[in-house]
Amino acid sequence: MSTTTEYTPKTSTGRIANFVDSRVGGSAMVKEFGRKIFPDHWSFMFGEVALYTFVLLLISGTFLTFFFDPSMTHVIYDGSYNPLKGIGMSAAMSSTMDISFDVRGGLFMRQVHHWSALLFVASVSVHMLRVFFTGAFRKPRELNWVVGGLLLIMAMAAGFTGYSLPDDLLSGNGLRIIDGVIKSIPLVGTYISLFLFGGEFPGTVVIARLYSLHIMIVPAIILLLVAVHLFMVVVHKHTQYPGPGRTNDNVVGFPVGPVYAAKAGGFFFIVFGIVALISGLFTINPIWNYGPYDPSPVSAGTQPDWYIGFVDGALRLMPGTLGNFSLDWNIPLPWGDNSLVLNVLLPALVPAGIMFTIMFTWPWIERWVTKDEREHHLLDRPRNAPFRTGMGVAGVVSYCVMWAAASSDLIATHFHVSLNDVTYWLRALFFIGPIVGFIVARRIALSLQRKDREIVLHGRETGVIQMSPEGTFTERHEPLDPYKLHQLVNYEDRQYIPAQPDAAGHISADEKRRGALSRFFFEDRVAPVTPSELAAQHAAHGHGPAEIEDSSTESIEK
Amino acid sequence: MGDHSHGSPDDSGTVAKAGAGDLDKFQDPGLPPHRKRLADTDPHAEKRAERQVALLFIISIIGTLSFFIAYFVLGRPEDISEIRLQNAMLGLGTTFAMLGIGIGIVHWAKTLMPDHEISELRHEIRPEADRQDAEQIINQVVEEMGIARRPLIRNTLIGAIALAPIPAIFMFRDLDRSGKNAGAMVEQLRHTMWDTNVRLTRDPSGTPIKAADVQLGSVFHVIPEGLNDLEDPLNEKAKAVVLLMRLDPALMHVSEERKDWHHDGIVAYSKICTHVGCPVALYEQQTHHLLCPCHQSTFDLTQECKVIFGPAGRPLPQLPITVDSDGFLVAQSDFHEPVGPSYWERGSN
Repeated sequence: MSTTTEYTPKTSTGRIANFVDSRVGGSAMVKEFGRKIFPDHWSFMFGEVALYTFVLLLISGTFLTFFFDPSMTHVIYDGSYNPLKGIGMSAAMSSTMDISFDVRGGLFMRQVHHWSALLFVASVSVHMLRVFFTGAFRKPRELNWVVGGLLLIMAMAAGFTGYSLPDDLLSGNGLRIIDGVIKSIPLVGTYISLFLFGGEFPGTVVIARLYSLHIMIVPAIILLLVAVHLFMVVVHKHTQYPGPGRTNDNVVGFPVGPVYAAKAGGFFFIVFGIVALISGLFTINPIWNYGPYDPSPVSAGTQPDWYIGFVDGALRLMPGTLGNFSLDWNIPLPWGDNSLVLNVLLPALVPAGIMFTIMFTWPWIERWVTKDEREHHLLDRPRNAPFRTGMGVAGVVSYCVMWAAASSDLIATHFHVSLNDVTYWLRALFFIGPIVGFIVARRIALSLQRKDREIVLHGRETGVIQMSPEGTFTERHEPLDPYKLHQLVNYEDRQYIPAQPDAAGHISADEKRRGALSRFFFEDRVAPVTPSELAAQHAAHGHGPAEIEDSSTESIEK
Repeated sequence: MGDHSHGSPDDSGTVAKAGAGDLDKFQDPGLPPHRKRLADTDPHAEKRAERQVALLFIISIIGTLSFFIAYFVLGRPEDISEIRLQNAMLGLGTTFAMLGIGIGIVHWAKTLMPDHEISELRHEIRPEADRQDAEQIINQVVEEMGIARRPLIRNTLIGAIALAPIPAIFMFRDLDRSGKNAGAMVEQLRHTMWDTNVRLTRDPSGTPIKAADVQLGSVFHVIPEGLNDLEDPLNEKAKAVVLLMRLDPALMHVSEERKDWHHDGIVAYSKICTHVGCPVALYEQQTHHLLCPCHQSTFDLTQECKVIFGPAGRPLPQLPITVDSDGFLVAQSDFHEPVGPSYWERGSN
């Protein structure tokens, strides 16, 4: 390294930069990121919300650790909250009570932590839906989609391990359900349960163990995954919505410094402000109403935190018996009977398993069906990918049916209908709903595409009514400006690709399946308007740019 | 809706034909012309925006100050309504402090910072030449290691690495703190505190129950006598809690082997749901149904708690009861089967 330097800083910023750069080398980073371009769209904010709520979780969580005692030692509560004074409870519950009532601002921090957690999982989920419906997961971003899926799982794990820590009645019953689910796992389930609880449920160690996971391993993994996730965003550069001037080869947007950094940085404070508002005004998890955990009482109408709801709902939907056959199945084996608890095992594992499998593999499924190996940096408007939008809605419907089932008792009591009927309907919807959802969503997407065609071919409605010499009234239509027009015609026109023979002229069964799927997805499609079509349309009507709405629109689908 | 059954994609006139599609495409008109904001052209608007941003920052300062007011003026509140008030004040102070900064910065960025969108070219993520180099380097590393040429080293290394983590798994054996062997660990799930002549007592007071006190249609939450004296009662309680009810013996369908398990229509059933272990806490007196509030498994008391609805797969286990010489209800024995959720070893003996 040379001791003399040719660069002489002139400003104080330059001197600081020179000091830092000649010691650790930060200038290259500033050069790379200082004016890096980020595209702007409201839907890109969900990921930011996720990141910021995670920061809030770290801040509020650290505060809580200073006061929380993760021990199940039996103590007699002697804090400020009179109704529970003199009641026996675990030290965990007692210290959570103290955080709520005897640490100033402690209740606020608890509520910030809990609301942020709910918002964190929600924003991760909505962010993933945005990525899915716009096709942002396509090459080269498949791996980042997988990292995002892992983040969703870890977010739920963080929520689950934290939920039980106060050791109150509500979370204790939640833990008991988890214990029942774990015990249903064949061969090893009983042992996993006994090891987790340090013996029989509830034991005296599980809170401390969940605490270790909750404050060390789980957040560490999340942090690591967030770092990988953001690193890949930088490597790939952000996707952008299609529009005039936006191509697959460029990024159009604002530079990090100052506009994007200001907007994103300011947005952190906005997220914090909104979480603070919710936490200040709306009570969450009032453990003082529930009391300490006791295996005997339970309150009716309780709900898990929202992100666990779909599993709880699946548990409720599953029938315990089919006719006379109990799904709690005693299998006679040569060495004695063993129990295969299908009525718990299937709903706990199968729906979530299918959902995550399809979610993780979808980028590869889509690439295989469409035979599309290109890189994609331009997003799809959801209407312009009807097959994908349909699949996404099917997934959302199936999730929401299970989610609604977690409130089946509340639905029944609020709407004064039979609980059993609610369950029967939801069971039927679980199977029918996703199919209907797929069909309806795809049809809506196709119709919206047709509407776009309509607008391109006939111009936009002006609201001006004209009377012709014959006395008929018609609405005047204006042609679109080239920017708006480009928005409506510039999309990817995916077509059915029939099964292709390989080099030897043979069509493999795999390729036939791909062909069938391709047909299923792309047989019905709406092609974008071409310049020659538009010219033909104008010529046919002979009205020049301002033309008359034609009520007999041609068939544009097939 | 189009007619799907006739015609081919080629004659509908709406399908971009292969080859022609790329040529017959609208040209990208490029970025729309930039529209200036009011603050770019009008110095008054610019000044106004500047004042708005400053005002938002001042609101933030006021928010922070009001946080301190809530923290110190309200002090250490004693009763719940004061705590609620303090919490709301702290929350609102923080809200204004944060929203003032956040909205201020965003407003600043949107009105006063340059709003020219800039176009930047994407570059190839990694040049393909790098990939070839990487492949060569890895091949060279593997070659110099000679791992392919020396299978003895390779295989013993694989064996060593495969074995090395196994002790780490075994380390977790003592997560179970009972010190019991594997069979005894599982066996404990089979037994509860109930035994011959253990009195049924009220939950949570622990006072014994006289048969005569159990009216028709009444329900008692029951724990075994002595449970409250245990050093750590929750483990036993999680298995032993029982519901005691009395119904008209004429309504009961009693199987042959259970005909002396009840006392004059007084029956005792495990309160732990056979589904995933919630307490089956709801008794519908009119229909004689027991309902689990967690997942709505419904058990029919008149049919020995058979499952009539919901996800549970087994009836609630019945506790055989009788009365002792003082007229108090006592258990005849432990449950005849494990209570609570099923597990793999449940059926085997």
